[in-house]
Amino acid sequence: MKTESHLVPKPATGPVAVLIGTRKGAFILRGDKARRSWKLSGPMFLGHIVHHMALDPRDRRTLLIAARTGHLGPTIFRSTDFGKSWKEAERPPAFPKVPEGQKGLVLDHVFWVTPGHASQPGVWSAGSSPQGLFRSEDGGRTWEGVSGFNDHPMRNAWAGGVGDGTPDGPKLHSINIDPRDPNHIYIGMSSGGVFESTDGGKDWKPLNKGCAADFLPTPDPEYGHDPHRVLLHPLMPDRLYQQNHCGIYRMERAEGEWVRIGRNMPKRVGDIGFPLVLHPRDPDTIWVFPMDGTEVWPRTSPDGKPACYVTRNAGKTWKRLDQGFPRRAWFTVKRQAMAGDSREPAGLYLGTTSGEVWASRNGGTTWTSVAKYLPEIYSIEASELSR
Amino acid sequence: MNVHIPTPLRSYTRKESVIEAGGGTVGEMLAEIERRYPGFRFRIIDEQDAIREHIKIFINGKPVNSLSAPLQAGDTIHIMCALSGG
Repeated sequence: MKTESHLVPKPATGPVAVLIGTRKGAFILRGDKARRSWKLSGPMFLGHIVHHMALDPRDRRTLLIAARTGHLGPTIFRSTDFGKSWKEAERPPAFPKVPEGQKGLVLDHVFWVTPGHASQPGVWSAGSSPQGLFRSEDGGRTWEGVSGFNDHPMRNAWAGGVGDGTPDGPKLHSINIDPRDPNHIYIGMSSGGVFESTDGGKDWKPLNKGCAADFLPTPDPEYGHDPHRVLLHPLMPDRLYQQNHCGIYRMERAEGEWVRIGRNMPKRVGDIGFPLVLHPRDPDTIWVFPMDGTEVWPRTSPDGKPACYVTRNAGKTWKRLDQGFPRRAWFTVKRQAMAGDSREPAGLYLGTTSGEVWASRNGGTTWTSVAKYLPEIYSIEASELSR
Repeated sequence: MNVHIPTPLRSYTRKESVIEAGGGTVGEMLAEIERRYPGFRFRIIDEQDAIREHIKIFINGKPVNSLSAPLQAGDTIHIMCALSGG
């Protein structure tokens, strides 16, 4: 299946900035136009836990950082000059206060920040731990909960308890907005599953048919799944991919059922992992970075041999891409710590929990370490500073 | 009343380590501080009005765990960051 050629954007040609969120602050790697040399700046917010940093592609200047510290509660910092100066959100995301005697949700950290639809400048969305969805309409200055999700009568059932999520707290992530319709939104929850809204977030429905949840006793539950990363392709918005706790999947939305394309991965590697990256111009091409999901889930490169895998036919076949990586290393790459740029050939960037950034400027064929000795890397975003 | 501010919160108080604030309760005192230093309160008090897990508040050296704890003129308040993580 191919997109119409007139919709495919021309490759970006300008320099790339890799935005790095770490356990101890934020960094920016700036590349030259050839993507051969890289200059690291930072840390910004040294000592803060930076779960995510994202650039607004609508102005290429506004950066948002989702941060907290070990002691202090969660907040969002914003810059309108690409990191030269920062201000804290005047009203960061928070759950509503409940009446005395009731137990209300307490936001532990903002996990995800996503710029809104191209037609809605200043609009951002944020996902949190525990699972909550928030929206800003003023470039991240003030935030409101998306009541249609946070107060949905099924929200607690969908999200499960705090102990049902990932080790450092259950999360709402992977906020995907349909480029054709800002009211059509997909989200991922770990745990909970994939959910869809067609009315701007007023109501939500689970979208998990066909996806395994091997950690639950029910064979085909409606919700309770564990997507690690969910992406729709902007050029084919009715196609979704997800890297799940239980494999790699693709969905053609009209079919409404996830197909486990990870079954075509080599058996010795498996299809467990966290990140997932789309090709900017080819909806049939995605990259994953498999992790060891056997027995007690080491979450390291299978057999200690780091490798990226690519499919160029929507999951029918996969190719191993490991040139440049150490022959023996035990990488862990978090769900939000791998990204691609929009250049030709496409560039890929991943950050390890051992504080190293690896880059490929040829679609994953060869990899080079471009930064090391950083704190534990939580997130990577690749952004073009100009087209 | 003098309120002692820990280092992680001094970015809000323009680097001041001790500030003056009034109020009949800890909650009222924090509301006054929030008016002067926006953003301060939410970093140490959650949206359900609980003192965050790794924050401790002392009045004249005695710990309190509620925003309704009463204050009197001349009290000394310490806001402390407890040991937390690596």
